Amino acid sequence: MILTAAFFSAAIVAGTPLLFATLGEIITEKAGNLNLGVEGMMLMGAVMGFMVGLKTNSPFLAILAAAVAGGAGAFIYAFLTVTLRANQVVSGLTLTIFGTGFSGFIGKGLVGEIMTVDIRKFFAPVEVPLLSKIPIVGQVFFHQDMFVYLGYILAVLLGIYMYKTSKGLNLTAVGENPAAADVASISVSMYKYLHILLGGALCGLGGAYLSLVYVPAWQENITAGRGWIAVALVIFATWNPYKALFGSYLFGGLDIIGFRIQGSGLAVNQYFINMLPYLVTIIVLVTISFRKSKKNSPPAGLSVPYFREER
Amino acid sequence: MKKQLSFLLVAALILSLVLAGCGGNKPAETPAEKDMVVGFIYVGPIGDGGYTFAHNEGRLHLEQELGVKTLYKENVAEEDQEVMNAVADMIDQGATVVFATSFGHMDGLEKASKEYPEVAFMHCSGFKMTENMGNYFGRMYQARYLSGIVAGLKTETNNIGYVGAFEIPEVVRGLNAFTLGVKSVNPEAVVNFKTTQTWYDPATEKEAAKALLDAGADVIAQHQDTAGPQQAAEEAGAFSIGYNTDMKAAAPGAYMTAPIWNWGPYYVTQVQAVIDGTWKAESYWGGMADEIVALAPLTELAPAEAAELIEAAKAKFISGETDVFVGPINDNEGNLKIAEGQKLTDEEMLSMDWYVEGVKK
Repeated sequence: MILTAAFFSAAIVAGTPLLFATLGEIITEKAGNLNLGVEGMMLMGAVMGFMVGLKTNSPFLAILAAAVAGGAGAFIYAFLTVTLRANQVVSGLTLTIFGTGFSGFIGKGLVGEIMTVDIRKFFAPVEVPLLSKIPIVGQVFFHQDMFVYLGYILAVLLGIYMYKTSKGLNLTAVGENPAAADVASISVSMYKYLHILLGGALCGLGGAYLSLVYVPAWQENITAGRGWIAVALVIFATWNPYKALFGSYLFGGLDIIGFRIQGSGLAVNQYFINMLPYLVTIIVLVTISFRKSKKNSPPAGLSVPYFREER
Repeated sequence: MKKQLSFLLVAALILSLVLAGCGGNKPAETPAEKDMVVGFIYVGPIGDGGYTFAHNEGRLHLEQELGVKTLYKENVAEEDQEVMNAVADMIDQGATVVFATSFGHMDGLEKASKEYPEVAFMHCSGFKMTENMGNYFGRMYQARYLSGIVAGLKTETNNIGYVGAFEIPEVVRGLNAFTLGVKSVNPEAVVNFKTTQTWYDPATEKEAAKALLDAGADVIAQHQDTAGPQQAAEEAGAFSIGYNTDMKAAAPGAYMTAPIWNWGPYYVTQVQAVIDGTWKAESYWGGMADEIVALAPLTELAPAEAAELIEAAKAKFISGETDVFVGPINDNEGNLKIAEGQKLTDEEMLSMDWYVEGVKK
């Protein structure tokens, strides 16, 4: 009764902001940088996407603005951690605090406004021809909005990039052993910068999904902690974009299952359900460190600043 | 090079701090002798479009009516020291009356009231009092009963969804009153209740409403501070009842009405009393008669026959002829909770922890 097609469809929607942020954080961490500013970059993307959407009535400009805003937040972080080699944890946390304040400041005048009809129509669910006719699966996966489809595509593209291209291999090298990568004449700084910025842009899109499609209005602190779930999700997905796809929808489902359990006779406490994503993450962490599998462990150079002189 | 760069960064940081300090919420105003200054302490941002927004409308009304100066501070955490700092800040700027608008501000305000005996304090939704600190709240349940009439007439599936924040007496009382309103016009209807464990998370609130809609609800009501549930109703082609303020703009295709706060008149009478020197600390729980709570104007989506029934019920609340919780009323397990002719006291209403017949949890 709880696990209906409507529930799974809603779980995908709830998981989509998580998916974008998780993909963004995966690509950042793959370059050896732990960016805890996800929440801040999501909020920056959410508010800028909303503002530009409202002013220009153009969904493309809104998405672009969100990505640029997320990327701009990431740029601050990249400058601090790559160029100045500052502590990554502190820089990331600062970015979260900054992004929260920035979005509240910019969004002051936007409160109470609703996204324009044109943009809401643009992001309304569309059926994919043929595929949406498959029973259940069609309704769950192929009767969604553009953002959700973009999420599928991005996860797959990112997987291909990371595992099937030489550039992706270079990225892994930078994250695992920047000194070796440097010797192989891979520009470590450039790789780090590019992927941190790309990661920030994806986080910005995740935030914009909330303000443009999901809610669709601006309210302060609209992400309500989803950025932190994304950080946990990266570990859950063991830095793998395909697993991130699955993990995001699972965590999205956990996020909303509470309401559906209420009234079904099952006495499960909402607070317990809120705990589950993190509990699962801890279990994954424990499993990884027990199995010592190279494939599933974090990039070896994660959160270690790279000094060429120290080689 | 490195040194110069870090110097530059530090300089930029200091500059931004200084600038941020200048661009505060409200510049310090030098109080003119004859001008009265009134301070407001808010728990959230005015931009919540809900609870704090409603209080701020009251503040603007006060400014307009009496021409007094007002100060406000948003996002004041529900901690004693935070509240006392905000109070001290306002008194420094000349405030002689301070309103604090959230339950958790109570203890901090109590301490402040003892520290500044010459200042009048008023606290919203609490129960503590001192010589110069009163408390105030509104009988929102009366307005919720009226909104229940709209929902009961509108529903075709006889399945109404209600999104609430927490299972606390304030929410339970509102839900019960709403359900009694529904039942008064439609005894068949059931009110399905779900809690989100948050006052403020638009996406989660919307999800809760979607869960109710998926389970067959065709009217959604809420005890939440954002318009998330309204949008869920609109997207599903269902109808909705808001809360706090008129939420028509949030979901024009679904919104029918909302039980709303109307703090302005109360703020005016209280500040006027301070000006006249007649103010004294009291406990105030005003209802429809005082217009502190009201039902927002019905939109064209509301059933036509609702207006008349609402007027009739409202007139009885205002005259005091009857109230919402007057027996016989059963709980949702079939036990008689309020006997025929019995009326709940304020204390019983303020600690309500049972659900009336027709609520499905």
